[in-house]
Amino acid sequence: MPERKSAAPRVNDFTLKFANVNGSGSASANALVMKAIFRMGVPVVGKNFFPSNIQGLPTWYEIRVTREGWRARSGRVDLMVAMNAETYSRDLRELAPGGWLVYDSTWPRPALTSRDDVRTFGVPLAQLCNENFEGARARTLMKNIMYVGTVAALIDIDLEVIRALLAETFAKKPKLVDSNMKAIEIGYRYAKEHFECPLPIRIERMDATRGHVMIDGNTAAALGCLYAGATVGAWYPITPSTSLMDAFRSFCARHRTDPGTGRRDYMIVQAEDELAAIGIVIGAMWNGARAFTPTSGPGISLMEEFIGLAYYAEVPAVIFDVQRVGPSTGMPTRTQQCDLLACAYASHGDTRHVMLFPDSPEECFEMAVKAFDLAERLQTPVFVLSDLDIGMNDWMSPDFSWDDDFRPDRGKMLTPEQVAGIEKFQRYMDPDGDGIPYRTLPGISPKASYFTRGSGHSKFGAYTEDSAEYQEVLDRLSRKFRTAAKLVPAAIADGRGAAAAIVSFGSCDAPVREALATLRRSGVAVDYLRIRGFPFGPEVEEFLATHQEVFVVEQNRDAQLRALLTLETAVDKGKLRSILHYNGLPMSSSTVVEGVNKALDKEVAA
Amino acid sequence: MSFMAKPKVANPGLPRNELGLNRRDYEGSMSTLCAGCGHDSVTAAIVQACFELALPPQSVVKLSGIGCSSKTTAYFVAGAHGFNAVHGRMPSIATGASAANRHLRYVGVSGDGDSLSIGLGQLAHAIRRNLDMVYILENNGVYGLTKGQFSASADVGSKSKKGEANEQQPVDPVLFALSLGASFVARSFSGDKEQLVPLIQAGLAHQGFAIIDVLSPCVTFNDHEGSTKSYAYVREHSETPVSADYIAPKQEIRVQYAPGETVSVPMHDGSNVVLRKLDPGYDPTDRAHAAAYVQERGMRNEYVTGLIYVDTSRRDFHGQHGTSEQALNAVPYERLCPGAAKLDKILGSFR
Repeated sequence: MPERKSAAPRVNDFTLKFANVNGSGSASANALVMKAIFRMGVPVVGKNFFPSNIQGLPTWYEIRVTREGWRARSGRVDLMVAMNAETYSRDLRELAPGGWLVYDSTWPRPALTSRDDVRTFGVPLAQLCNENFEGARARTLMKNIMYVGTVAALIDIDLEVIRALLAETFAKKPKLVDSNMKAIEIGYRYAKEHFECPLPIRIERMDATRGHVMIDGNTAAALGCLYAGATVGAWYPITPSTSLMDAFRSFCARHRTDPGTGRRDYMIVQAEDELAAIGIVIGAMWNGARAFTPTSGPGISLMEEFIGLAYYAEVPAVIFDVQRVGPSTGMPTRTQQCDLLACAYASHGDTRHVMLFPDSPEECFEMAVKAFDLAERLQTPVFVLSDLDIGMNDWMSPDFSWDDDFRPDRGKMLTPEQVAGIEKFQRYMDPDGDGIPYRTLPGISPKASYFTRGSGHSKFGAYTEDSAEYQEVLDRLSRKFRTAAKLVPAAIADGRGAAAAIVSFGSCDAPVREALATLRRSGVAVDYLRIRGFPFGPEVEEFLATHQEVFVVEQNRDAQLRALLTLETAVDKGKLRSILHYNGLPMSSSTVVEGVNKALDKEVAA
Repeated sequence: MSFMAKPKVANPGLPRNELGLNRRDYEGSMSTLCAGCGHDSVTAAIVQACFELALPPQSVVKLSGIGCSSKTTAYFVAGAHGFNAVHGRMPSIATGASAANRHLRYVGVSGDGDSLSIGLGQLAHAIRRNLDMVYILENNGVYGLTKGQFSASADVGSKSKKGEANEQQPVDPVLFALSLGASFVARSFSGDKEQLVPLIQAGLAHQGFAIIDVLSPCVTFNDHEGSTKSYAYVREHSETPVSADYIAPKQEIRVQYAPGETVSVPMHDGSNVVLRKLDPGYDPTDRAHAAAYVQERGMRNEYVTGLIYVDTSRRDFHGQHGTSEQALNAVPYERLCPGAAKLDKILGSFR
């Protein structure tokens, strides 16, 4: 990110951060600020840093205002709203030189004035709330809403936009609109009267958010499941995947329930654990319903045995792994891309799995639909690897599109008529040479019956301990995996003939794209390949072969994508260099820029 | 050992059911269990039950876990789809399968290792869901495939083949099921086909989770002196307070029962289960009473068999979820997908 003089007006290009205590209603206040900026036509990036806790621990919300429409964190904070006394000192420390800090000055905080390169604005929020509102709970909530008014004055957010948003939120409780607006106006007036408003960092209306939504990846994935025709969802609650099933449930309640009878064209089963959740998905898909389970790393560990069964017995399944920080319980509310290898080879024995890597909520929607088609076409588990950053943060996304001519690809599933027309049904043959057998659903006809088992079986579906019969099936599964490489979404290359390149995936895309622009502006030529699926297609192989030096950017300690590339392509290991980020917070572009520059400088020096 | 085809020659004189099928049409492939295994008798009872009910073979779904008992789903109703899941986790496969298509008959076969050790959790939750299935637990107190370790159903003091006595408390599947509120709980003995066949039929007719604990001796590892799961021991120590007769829909109740000793329980499919009280004081619709009775007899080293408890009033899995009558796997896509115009509206709430 280019250096700027902080005194220069920075219209629509700065970062706000709110430091709060969780469970205090701050989430709605912060979302209100972000939505208001979005409604004023200015692109925003929102990141929520929250604890694995219900009430009382520190939580932060960061809003980057970015007229250029970048999608990653900026790596700096210009305006801090410090509402949590416990974290004042670190919040103050985090401010960029020349920045501003807003705090509740009901009680004096001399320590907050310790930096002379930062301006501090005290607003007696608690006192103003006590003077204007009744009841302890209301006073706490209103304190957070009140700073929305102060921020609106400082950065010039139109109060009418805020009022409209509140009116929508509280459409059924108009009284709440008035009380919230009252608090906001008090905070607004106080700022206007006491500070020079607006600051050099401020909002000016643009027209850059039309045709966009603010949506999180889990909601988008749930919408994808709805549109893909999924009817069975099974899960065990786990952060950060829970909101995916919550969203699916509310979409289904609205769009899949018979208005007359209340009967449902869906079933959501809260299982006793992840082992059962994946079992339910496998049982449902084996029986012809589209089914999925959302989970995170610990859930994947528990599901492994069943995943091996689905792989070997060739039963479709769709698994959303919204990755969080591992190992073990790790940090449940922080983000990482640390399940890549666990998913690629999940389960004992020779197993390899299809994976999709969405980079945004938009792709969560598209890839959710794709995952069901691939699972049924390939008769195998398909993983959608998103992460907490994509899954739980609101991203500005172009409107999703839908083609009403779309029909699900149910794959090689014989209809009752087709079964009637064949002499004998055999489950694991490969008549088409693509490694994909034909399947039948229970209930069709005695002729269609077969036995599904995870024990050794021949191509006819019979139990076997015969070496040749066993190996024949295992080899066909390899053939099927090669077919999968042609069906997964292709990697997207941004190639301009440079010798060096970045290879990355998933939520790294946003910071990498911004880093590329920075690097190119500074004269460093780098190409880029974003991998979107596994097994890797020939385009990945070719890209690696045609670049002399490849920076593999990923969010885990052990360079899992790099490992996968060395295992699954012919690339020379020596030319893959890792740029790693794994502290649990979403990566900013500076990590990538610094990583590339450092590596290239070393070479120049050497 | 590879797949063994069973010769399919049927005596033309064999009786046929109303679908025109004979008993052999409900068999599966050749059993590979030990000669004399109790499980083969259970298989035969399932064949008999399905034949007599004239179930279309494809309307049955066979599910199992891992172990000797779980192999047996290959040995009956060849015309049904079968799913041999992973160890102890058949109930979750059954849950998913049932979710996808509520109109098939789900027959699960499991063992005491599969159900009471590794799979105790999944069994518990299948019971809680009141999943519409028959769950046959072939109970022999021993791990056969791994050569004779005690299972969780082994009684205290029961001796292994090597003479070692079990000291851990057993899990009694009947008491376990009763404590979790199972809606149909029965126990039988693989050597008592007359009792077992109608119980399986009643279980198939029951809309909800029907568990049948079948004492099914292991001739190789647990049929010796000192074992409480041997043929001789079970035969001597069984006591049946209530026997059940299955009366198909429209079938006339022909047997004459003494007044006051029978209760007719109407099932959801129009059939009836007629309970004959052999112990006049027993009430199979009183859960607390049933549990106390089983426990009390158990302390006297007696196995209570027959239909121990039944409650047809509880909503089953689909009833609890309010799912459509049409199987979820058959709902047309057009009804499932809201379409492009609705997508615009949905997105509107995210601006």
